[in-house]
Parts: sequence; C-alpha cells; structure tokens
Amino acid sequence: MSRLEARHLEVRLGDRTVLDRVGAAFAPGQVTAVLGPNGAGKSTLLSCIAGLRSPDAGEVVLDDVPLVQLSPRKRAQRIGFIAQTPEIAWAVEAAILVGLGRIPFIGARGLSREDAMIIDRAMSQAGVTGLGERDVSTLSGGERARVLIARALAGEPEWLLADEPMAGLDPGHQLDAADLFRRLAHEQGCGVIITLHDLTLAARMADRILVLARGRLLADGPPQAALTPAVLAEAYGIDARLALGPSGPSIEIAGRVR
Amino acid sequence: MRRLRLPWVIAGLAVVALVLALASLSVGRVSVPWAAWFEADDPRAAIIFGLRLPRAVLGLLVGAALGTSGAAMQGYTRNPLADPGVLGVSAMAALGAVLTLYFGQAAQAPWVLPLAAMTGAVGGVALLLALSGAGSSIVTFILAGVILNTVAGAGVALALTLAPNPWAVSEIIDWLMGSLADRSVDDVRLAAPFILAGCGILLITARALDALTLGETGARSLGVDLGRTRLLLAIGVGLATGASVAATGVVGFVGLVVPHLLRPLVGGRPGALLIPSALGGAILTVAADILVRLTPAANEVKLGVAMAALGGPFFLALLIGLRRRIA
Repeated sequence: MSRLEARHLEVRLGDRTVLDRVGAAFAPGQVTAVLGPNGAGKSTLLSCIAGLRSPDAGEVVLDDVPLVQLSPRKRAQRIGFIAQTPEIAWAVEAAILVGLGRIPFIGARGLSREDAMIIDRAMSQAGVTGLGERDVSTLSGGERARVLIARALAGEPEWLLADEPMAGLDPGHQLDAADLFRRLAHEQGCGVIITLHDLTLAARMADRILVLARGRLLADGPPQAALTPAVLAEAYGIDARLALGPSGPSIEIAGRVR
Repeated sequence: MRRLRLPWVIAGLAVVALVLALASLSVGRVSVPWAAWFEADDPRAAIIFGLRLPRAVLGLLVGAALGTSGAAMQGYTRNPLADPGVLGVSAMAALGAVLTLYFGQAAQAPWVLPLAAMTGAVGGVALLLALSGAGSSIVTFILAGVILNTVAGAGVALALTLAPNPWAVSEIIDWLMGSLADRSVDDVRLAAPFILAGCGILLITARALDALTLGETGARSLGVDLGRTRLLLAIGVGLATGASVAATGVVGFVGLVVPHLLRPLVGGRPGALLIPSALGGAILTVAADILVRLTPAANEVKLGVAMAALGGPFFLALLIGLRRRIA
C-alpha cells in the first residue's frame, strides 16, 4: 500500500518560521483536510508534500523513497496538485487545458486514444463535460475551478493535493466537489489532502483533520477528536465547538476568545 | 475563431512558404524566363541560383528562426509581447557582431562574426531571465528588455563613435539595418546549421511550454524541469536569433507578429504554436523581402527598415489591446 509521509518539516522565511517540525503520515483511501488560520503554513505544507518546495529541514517520503530522489516526471505521475490561485496564461479550450494533465505520461508524443478516454472520464467526473469546447477565459470562477480539478484527475493521481479547491465555488458546487473528493478517496483509493477554510465543510467531508497554527501542528485526527474547543480557540482565537446536528456535524461559533 | 487541425495548419503554411520562395526566385531587377533557369551556360541562371536562391533560402531560415524564437519566448514568459527584438536579444547579438566589426576581427575569419553574435544572443537571453527572475509579470520582462536594448544600443553607438575609419562606420550601419541583399551560398552555409539546431532545441521545449500555460507552479506539478527549460530556451533562442542577426543584421518584429497572428489558429496551445510560427516567420520574411525588391527606388529599401515600419503600428495596436491587462 502506498504511503506518503512528511517528517519533521521545517521551513523558514527570513527569521520567521513558517513550518516548525511538522510531521504526518498519510494513507490512501482517505480525505485529509488541513485547517488553520491565514498564514498558518497550510499552503507551504501542501507544496512541500507535493514536492514543489524543499523544506529547510526534514523530508517527504513516498513509499520509503525521499521525494527529492524521484525524477520530477515520476513524481508528477503519482502526485497531482491543484494550486490555490492557478494561473491560466492563454485562452485555450477547456478540453485542451484538462489534457495538460496527461503531460507527465506522454512526454514528447501526442495524446493517444487512451489518453483521450482518460481526459473524457476526468471531465465527466468533475462535471465539466459540456464545457469541453469553451474557451477557459470565458468560464465563470466556479466552472474554471472544476475544469482545474478535472485537469488534476486527468493525471489519475495516487495522491491528490489541492490548495483551497473550494474557494470560489458556490455552496452547491462545494458539496459536489466534496462528494467528488470523497468518492475519489473511498471508491478509487486515492489519497486526498486539501486545505480548507470552511470548518463545517471540513468536519463533514474529511476523514482526518490536521490543524496548523503558527507553523506548528496543533491537532491531528478524526474531526471529533481534532476540532475541540481548545484547539479552535488556540488556532483561530474563536469560542466554538463541534455540534452534532441531524444533518451532520457543524461548527457553532459563539464569538471571539478574549 | 474555429480551431483548425494542427497538421492542416502546418501543411497550409508550408505550401504558402514554398510558393513565396519560388516567387522570390523569379522576382528582381532582371527578369529571367523559365526557359533560361536550367540553361547551364546562360548567365541569367547564375542570377537565379547564385544570387536569388541564397537570398530566398536565407529569408526562409531567418524568418523561421525569428518566428520560432518569438513563439518560444512568448510561451515561456506567458507574455504576448515577448520577442527577440522587443526584449533586446537581437540587440545583444548585434552588439556582439558590431564589436567584431569594430575591432576588425570580422574580416579575419568568416565564423568570427556569427560566433560573437550568437554569444551576444545567448548572453542576452540569460541576462533577461536573470534580470526578470522567476514568475515575472509582463512589466518586469519589458523593463528587463528595455535595459538590454538600451545597454546594447549604447554599446553599438559607442563603437560607431569611436570607429577607426569611415569605412568601418558605413559597414556597421549598413549591416545593422538588416537586409537579405547580396548574400551568398557561403552565408547560408554558415547560418543554416545554427538556425536549424536552435529551432530544433526550441521544439524540445514544446511540452514544457504547454505545461507553463498553468503557470510555473502548475508546470512544476506536471513534472516539468523549469531549469532545463530555461537552459534550452537560452541556447535555442541564442543560436537561432544570433545566427540570423549575424547573417542579415537586425530584422525585428517577425517574432512578435507571427505567433500572435497564428495563436488563434492552433487553439492557443504554446507548444503547438512553434512549428506554425517557424513557417509563418518564413512566409512574412520572404514576402517582405519580395516587396522590398519590388519597391521602385534607386537604392533598395532595407528589409529591417521595412519590417520595423510594418511592425511598429502592429506593436502599438497590441499594446493598446493589452492596456487593461498591464494597468
């Protein structure tokens, strides 16, 4: 079974410690949500785990091989990544953009029939089949976010890392995306790691939650265990608790902690 | 615009380039009937194969080099204003070449001037990428290009001011203006390997350029080695542009205009734009060279001058269209 592990990651920017000895091991088939206030180091942690940033100390290990020892192409074949504010430089059709997800596999050759099938499947999974011929610059923010998710799915990754994939999606599409991430993990055995701001959404969709604050890992566990009043107070400075309602867990916020 | 299938775009452009190259052989001061082309003892055949053929071939090669360089630079920088001319790479190549003319080394061996031009061009791209840094905005690239253009221009002006004799001055000026006139088979032989190698190296970057559509982070997450891409870009653009500038002087705007015009035809994918831009550059350069020869004037208008006159207004229109994005 595939295993992705961050060991004692440290990242410093000048004299600021962005990540302070953060460690966590991930197993496939789970959705892990990384939570924390602005500037907690969520994005930095995610890009370290994706192999896009080398930590100042510590290492990320994929199946007992340090990520830095994998070729960029091998790494890209196994770990898919969706950036927080992805740039789309040219006015290309959505289907072509999704097809970019096949780059780690095709090298210099063109897209084969099999690649085209994988691209079609990724687009239908992400619910953007009808947008194939649309120019991405004409898409709404939500449509673009879903096309970018399809782009990541086109790489059929064992591990899917997404930085704030829900930002810019309306509540309906947020639920669709949450459902998609859960199905990817539970039905296809993909290891999904995403950063989120919406605590209730995280409590409902994630199997496991990491809470970061000031670069340190405050909590790691299932939602009920991780999102305690003490953790929420320390991480966000809010007086809040995880409540179990008839429609699932939700976070009730009473106010600021003084 | 409806996207066309890439092989058809390439085939269509190749046919147009071929037709223009044939037209280039048959246009000039002296009209040569078809019958005389293959008469071995007809002096007019020498005009076709000794003068016009190298000129047409060099036009195709230089246009292809500039078109491919422009497309690759636009793809890498994700900036539709990038081009070897605008970003100062051609100027750096010209500075390298002018220095050899100034110090008189150019006359010693035929390879000295091209070598200096290519060194200048490779150095120019390297400086450009270093000055503007990773993930730069349009503004930083243009500013870096302005710096290169200014420095290289000052160097050329200095060489002109300090030139030892008027002969050197007129040689430098003549060469700087950019022209395909009076080039020989030797010029083709000197430029062709480097231009073809440079374009070939740029073609290797096609997939990386595609991936860069998603920005630098996106490209790296797709397994693209950006350091390698930068190196290939510097060497490829340096060889292709440097060898072109060495052969014909500075011919601007081909690399800017051609990728911009062809981008909608290939659906915007930067990697797919490379080969069409090579053909489009060849077409534009040979067509402009034919027009220059047809102009009724005592002295032929220089190709570089004609291209600048065409390219200036186009650049202005492009800039106006982009104003919102830059501001």
